[in-house]
Amino acid sequence: MRDALSLRGNHALLTRANPLAKFTAVTLITLVLALSIDWVSASVALAFELLLLPLAGLTVAVLWQRGWPLILAAALGGWSTAILAPDSGPVLLDAGIWSISAGSLQLGIGFMLRGLAIALPAVLLMSCTDPTDLADALAQNAKLPHRFVLGTLAAMRLVGIMAEQWQTIGMARRARGVGSSGNPYQRFRATLGQSFGLLVQAIRSASRLAVTMEARGFGGAARTWARPSTFSGLDAWVLLGGLGIAAAAVAAALGAGTWNLVFLTRQ
Amino acid sequence: MRSSPGVRPAAVTARGWGWRHAGRTRPAVSGLDLDIQPGERVLLLGPSGAGKSTLLHALAGVLGDGASGASGDPGASGDPGDAENTDETGSLLIDGAAPRAQRGRAGLVQQDPETQVVLSRLGDDVAFGAENLAVPAAEIWPRVREALDDVGLGQLPLDHPTAALSGGQKQRLALAGILAMRPGLLLLDEPTANLDPAGVLEVRDAVGRCLDKTGATLVVVEHRVGVWKDLVDRIVVLQPGSATDSAVLIDGPPDRVLAEARDMLIGAGVWVPGYVPATRMRTPARGAGQTLLTADALAVSRERPRRAGLRDGFRTIAPRPVQSGLSVRVRAGEALTITGQNGTGKSTLALTLAGLLRPVAGTISATAELSSPATGHSSGRVRDSAGPDPYRWKAQQLIARIGTVFQEPEHQFVTGKVLDELMFGPRHLGYGEDRVDELLERLRLTELVDANPYTLSGGEKRRLSVATVLAAHPQVLVLDEPTFGQDANTWAELASFLSELLDAGTAVVSVTHDAEFSAVLGGAELRLRPRETAAADAPGPDLQLPEGASP
Repeated sequence: MRDALSLRGNHALLTRANPLAKFTAVTLITLVLALSIDWVSASVALAFELLLLPLAGLTVAVLWQRGWPLILAAALGGWSTAILAPDSGPVLLDAGIWSISAGSLQLGIGFMLRGLAIALPAVLLMSCTDPTDLADALAQNAKLPHRFVLGTLAAMRLVGIMAEQWQTIGMARRARGVGSSGNPYQRFRATLGQSFGLLVQAIRSASRLAVTMEARGFGGAARTWARPSTFSGLDAWVLLGGLGIAAAAVAAALGAGTWNLVFLTRQ
Repeated sequence: MRSSPGVRPAAVTARGWGWRHAGRTRPAVSGLDLDIQPGERVLLLGPSGAGKSTLLHALAGVLGDGASGASGDPGASGDPGDAENTDETGSLLIDGAAPRAQRGRAGLVQQDPETQVVLSRLGDDVAFGAENLAVPAAEIWPRVREALDDVGLGQLPLDHPTAALSGGQKQRLALAGILAMRPGLLLLDEPTANLDPAGVLEVRDAVGRCLDKTGATLVVVEHRVGVWKDLVDRIVVLQPGSATDSAVLIDGPPDRVLAEARDMLIGAGVWVPGYVPATRMRTPARGAGQTLLTADALAVSRERPRRAGLRDGFRTIAPRPVQSGLSVRVRAGEALTITGQNGTGKSTLALTLAGLLRPVAGTISATAELSSPATGHSSGRVRDSAGPDPYRWKAQQLIARIGTVFQEPEHQFVTGKVLDELMFGPRHLGYGEDRVDELLERLRLTELVDANPYTLSGGEKRRLSVATVLAAHPQVLVLDEPTFGQDANTWAELASFLSELLDAGTAVVSVTHDAEFSAVLGGAELRLRPRETAAADAPGPDLQLPEGASP
């Protein structure tokens, strides 16, 4: 987790862009893709996003390594949509209660591509953006309350600590004779106990961290920023790029006649 | 080194000051009268419960937000809604004004290194305090570099990941974060209790350098007087709050206080320099004990094997071991001490020997003596023969054979009452409840049977965690840093008790930096060396036989 969030060694172009610009571009693409379930807009956006991988310092191999759960989830989502959507057009596969028709298959593929095209920008964003810089930009440029933004950022560090504590508490409880065997109910109870132990430790850690932050003057009204978050010409290109991908996706889908607003039911 | 501009040493004045935490009947501090001059360096001593941490938190201006007494105080997770019910009497002032109103005038370093890091990059973390004080941005980075230089971390790049620092480095980072705020008062709450001896000196020396440079006032709370004695010019001993007496018991220069109050301090469990608590002597063993556990060509790691991606055909990738090629023999009635610097995998080795972590390579096997003991309780349902590999034992088979005491006692609490905690093992095993009374008596827990384990003091928690593990009658006892942060009284009790267990035939494996503790237990020392830094990224095995390993 901590390793995955580290950007050391990534010197790709997009690491130098302002996180807020990248965030806005990603939001634009995501919003547009969320409007329609169709395979044309999704695949156009996906194609552009894949072309951007090198700019974010990603390769397909690294993308697979980090993003395979998302890719798998998108494929599963597509598959279940293909099975469950109301049939239209010629039936391609019939297995009792499940059947896949040309219409539902198209919907399924659209769903899968859309899932990927929505998830990929977020993966791109996080792979070329340090969370600290994102927090700086959200607080300084987007004017979100700094207490909230920095509090969230500090809490994210605790997630890594909690992962270690979960392992330690699991071992510590086995050393007391709890868990690792028994029927499902006993295992469930053991996991519940371990979760409670983690909760107690998490609260302890959080209150200590809160004292640390307060003792360092956190929470006052006025604050300066050691890392001024600024915009550059690159950010204009990032925004234009986001706008361009979104517009291209919509235009292609409109041109192909597949544009299909999700909140307008056609039947 | 140039002197820091803008550091104005702070003065502390307490007049009849008292504080009661929410939900408590007795005040943590009451009737405190104390004057600390600007630039004075004060060591604060006293038995646990004397309110030392409470005073530091009050001076840091962080008391009363429901985050009271965050260092090991049982009320730490208390309901913030109770905060109104706290009770402050008298006055406690820094330079004549309330601490809360003077953000950044005092800087606090606490005990736990892990929760003193706020941000993930070194430089950002140091800058955090200065940013909060609205220091102009152009001035922050020079302050950050200067503070990092002062604490001896200046050689690291500003984007160095804070997660990669050692405990001692994290404490020095916390100090740097405070220094960048240019406080007039440094408050240290047991800053070295969780560190190894090298880390303790790192932090102590960094504090000394910074004080020499800035002239700031210092108030430090610490059990181990020897660490700070030469750095402070005054010792103040507090006593637990009472309505009639003054909160300050003794106050004066270190040498005079240590001479006059030596016996009282020793009685209160303070680590007075030159004093090693008396402990039970071990009876010389008659010949070598039975071998219980053997490990050969052992490689250990905390990480679990992971699956490679699609391209590598989902094969299993073994984690990189932190130590490899180890041979260990654990014998009945003998102590084995695992030593070495931080990060050399001492705890990992101990947890692997204890059957809690899977070895990366090599074998651990229990001899028949341990896996299927001939003697012992006949009624037990898990006294049947277990296999030779402790990692594969069921939890109940494990606790009856190998007991492990973790560094943090709270991780092992599984019930809400001291008595239930002790009965837990025996109840699950179906035998041994008769020994619980003896353990309660022996480890002075009888008065506490109805208390919630989480509300005990540090020493009580440690004694309880040892007792709960022993209630299952293990033949091998594994302890991870059992003496960390313990006062001298608990230390002596623990050492004596373990020496008794050893004489009675239990094997004791302990991970410790505490040379005096291992001297009491005797036995062999397994010294782990740091892995070659050059080989740190090479996956190949780096065979090294530690000196002192049992043959």
